[in-house]
Amino acid sequence: MIGTLMTGFGVWNPLIWVIVIAVALLFSWLLWRCGEADYEENTEQTTPYLSGNAEPEKGDVHIRAGNMYWGFTAALKAYYSRLIPLHSGIVNDYVSWFLIGVVVLFVVVILV
Amino acid sequence: MNADVLFANLPALLIAVPLFGAFLTPVFGRFLPKVRDAWVIFASFVSSAVALLLAAKVYAQGAIVYVFGAAPGTGAVPVDSGGIPIRILFNIDGFGAFMLVSAAIVSFAVILYLTVSQSRRSSRSEFYALYLLLVAGVFGMVSTGDMFNFFVFLEINSLAASALIAYHRNGGLAAEGALKYLIVNTVGSLMILFAIGLLYAQYNSLNMAVIANQLSLTTLNLLALVLFIAGLATKAGAVPFHFATPDAYSVAPSGVTALMIVASQAGLYGMFRILFSVYGGVFTSATVGWIVIVLGVLSMFIGVTMAIPQKDIKRLLSYHAVSQTGYMLLGVGVALAVLGDVTLTNAFGQMAMEGGLFHIINHAMYKGLLFLAVGAVIYRTGVWNLNEMGGLGHKMKWTMIFFLIGALAIAGIPPFNGFASKLMIYESTFAFNPAVAIIAMVVSVLTLASFMKVFHSVFMGPELPEYAGVREVPKRMLAGMAILAVFVVAFGLVPDLVVDTLITPAADALLHQGQYVLSVLGGGL
Repeated sequence: MIGTLMTGFGVWNPLIWVIVIAVALLFSWLLWRCGEADYEENTEQTTPYLSGNAEPEKGDVHIRAGNMYWGFTAALKAYYSRLIPLHSGIVNDYVSWFLIGVVVLFVVVILV
Repeated sequence: MNADVLFANLPALLIAVPLFGAFLTPVFGRFLPKVRDAWVIFASFVSSAVALLLAAKVYAQGAIVYVFGAAPGTGAVPVDSGGIPIRILFNIDGFGAFMLVSAAIVSFAVILYLTVSQSRRSSRSEFYALYLLLVAGVFGMVSTGDMFNFFVFLEINSLAASALIAYHRNGGLAAEGALKYLIVNTVGSLMILFAIGLLYAQYNSLNMAVIANQLSLTTLNLLALVLFIAGLATKAGAVPFHFATPDAYSVAPSGVTALMIVASQAGLYGMFRILFSVYGGVFTSATVGWIVIVLGVLSMFIGVTMAIPQKDIKRLLSYHAVSQTGYMLLGVGVALAVLGDVTLTNAFGQMAMEGGLFHIINHAMYKGLLFLAVGAVIYRTGVWNLNEMGGLGHKMKWTMIFFLIGALAIAGIPPFNGFASKLMIYESTFAFNPAVAIIAMVVSVLTLASFMKVFHSVFMGPELPEYAGVREVPKRMLAGMAILAVFVVAFGLVPDLVVDTLITPAADALLHQGQYVLSVLGGGL
């Protein structure tokens, strides 16, 4: 069958996957069609309820990139505190890393 | 001159056409500036067409050995040369053809984009000339069968890329990034030249097939191998030789960065060519294979973890480029580790190799697409900082769709092309060593997380007042992105056709070193 990729240990056919997703989307759409039909845009229905407070400006509620994954980087602080300084932006450091890499590779190739 | 002559000389045209295009571009810029952009697009189109025709010829007829300066049909080894192929020759097999296909598609898509995205800039004639020189450098690197020739094309590649990075000064940042890229890559190139010298001093030849035919595993040759690996890993941007890569990619014009992905992959091509076609017959242990695997794992993990905290959108993509290079090294490294064992090669080595090679062309398409989409955002907003972006999907719907396609592909989400190649790498490397396969999967999850952040930060959310005047980019820029998006989707939907047509011949060319030697020497020295 066209699209069937044999990986040596399994089979992958994206066309079947697409058909399954399409059927699932169709089913979802049918469910959505069964919902309430009295929804109206640009009315009070679309205004978020914020415990009675006024809705802030649009720009103020957008979650910026700096607010995401701070927990991830905080949890790995010990890792990042060592890794980021290695990328110093100083070309002398970069060339030093190159030379260190060459020496390590040569030692490994010779000894192992 | 009839079509047969042109068809017979496609390998020469492969270099001649982009060089001719490059040298004539400033002339058009000086005397016929109105047709200069059309000329550049035409020159790039013809260059890509020549590359694709040549690749088709290789797939139809097998490896092509083209000897410069020789009469047709006289072969690579002249009768009076003492059995040595003394002339410069191109040896284009399935692996070279595969790389040509990748470079041809990306270079044409990018030039469509660049001729618009650079329209506000000055001195564009020289910029386009450098672009075509870079294309010539890449084409030459993946075609030549001569080591010194390879070094020359590598230098053309690196110098043109450095000049393109620095072309628009960007407050000095571009010049600084270009200088770092140039210095580090020059050090790497010098190591490669030293390695070539070591082999030339022993074997009196620069021809890869001749050297492969005579090579033994001495300490001197191991030193040369290490220098090759380090120099070419620098070009490819693999950890720990990657440091200049994000600095350079993040400040180059976005279209240039998209082509530099292909240019860096030419470095990977060189590494794999040296490892398999030159040294492949003498490895007696899995040590070098494991070295490539470790470089791959380090690249994957350090690349993605460095990408996550980035605020500069292009720097973030650059670290992801480092990370994705790791997948290619991992797949091909596993194949190298089991190279001498036919049973293991048949069990999973060939699949790992094909997964790694498939990821090369997939990465060229989706990372090129991502850089073009991000470049479109910068073109309209002038902003690089993710913290200052938001809501652009309302005004730049096509750019958003193209970015989403690229983001889903790089994260390995089905049915896009990245999933197919990653699946091949996961399954085959799991059979080799489950730990490295699990690391690869974790990196893919982190990649998805990173691109969720980027997609949300740039395109989602309410329309921001500071971007009220933003609109979609011109159609020719969208066309460049569309070409790459079509390949991202198509390669994902029919991966079997891509693997059978492009990938398996490339993997076979690398795994069967004897055929490479035979294609040049015609029976050996």
